[in-house]
Amino acid sequence: MTAGMAQSQGWVTRYFKAFCKGFFVAVPVAVTFLDRVACVARVEGASMQPSLNPGGSQSSDVVLLNHWKVRNFEVQRGDIVSLVSPKNPEQKIIKRVIALEGDIVKTIGHKNRYVKVPRGHIWVEGDHHGHSFDSNSFGPVSLGLLHAHATHILWPPERWQKLESVLPPERLPVQSEKESLHGSP
Amino acid sequence: MLRGILGKTFRLVGYTIQYACIAHCAFEYVGGVVMCSGPSMEPTIQNSDIVCAENLSRHFYGIQRGDIVIAKSPSDPKSNICKRVIGLEGDKILTSRPSDFFKSHNYVPTGHVWLEGDNLQNSTDSRYYGPVPYGLIRGRIFFKYYFDAEKLFLTEEAGERA
Repeated sequence: MTAGMAQSQGWVTRYFKAFCKGFFVAVPVAVTFLDRVACVARVEGASMQPSLNPGGSQSSDVVLLNHWKVRNFEVQRGDIVSLVSPKNPEQKIIKRVIALEGDIVKTIGHKNRYVKVPRGHIWVEGDHHGHSFDSNSFGPVSLGLLHAHATHILWPPERWQKLESVLPPERLPVQSEKESLHGSP
Repeated sequence: MLRGILGKTFRLVGYTIQYACIAHCAFEYVGGVVMCSGPSMEPTIQNSDIVCAENLSRHFYGIQRGDIVIAKSPSDPKSNICKRVIGLEGDKILTSRPSDFFKSHNYVPTGHVWLEGDNLQNSTDSRYYGPVPYGLIRGRIFFKYYFDAEKLFLTEEAGERA
């Protein structure tokens, strides 16, 4: 083995070691960030029209999902949240929080007219009633299925905006136990 | 000197973040060691037993009937429950509580599992809060540390007398 070859082998080993070191730092940090802090997702379907995807299948909105805000499972009425679908654990659904635990909601199309949301659960609905697979179909969902809080629309650029936590007045709970932080009429 | 201390602090913070992220990835995607409390899984798992849980089965949807799983509690997302999977989606399950006079059967809905503790007399499980969504399952327990405390005491006493 000549001196030149020995030198180039040393260079390759050093490069390989540096690459491994960088890889084992970058991958866990990136994965943890996407799991715990924030990630982005494309919204599909018409269940949240007109707030999300008003153009239908022509242009899907891309939203910023904030995991950090829901790390203690704290949500407010009117928040748009993503959660694991209770009917299909491989899928995430994005809906608006209508009621918190202890509230009594007047349902649309549920088998019971009035439902009291049990402890540790929330009631979610899509803005496009009738075209939404939500709590009116599968009942209150456990807070443990909460995935993230959708805070902004990132794409398309003409739809850049902060998503407001607004509860339509006709969907206010009939009776609530917990006071909402936002002003309510 | 200030720059040296600042440099050391940054490096410490950097290592802490790096190891915290590796720990998160390990617990989230591979598994970890958990301590179970409560009498609901006796005699299989006693109070304060230490068990090993793996998370690969839930990511690959390989949870089966008879597995002992750790799941988020449906009524309190910050606490975990440790129960056995009695039924998967579509199974016919005896859903009545021991106190009910009439027995009732029901089918486990899609996307849900039916959990029961081994200690049926002293377990709050699906018979009380209904089927649990699959998305709440965190991991599957596959190993228990068996620690015989009585044997340890006897050996020590014998040693002292001799």
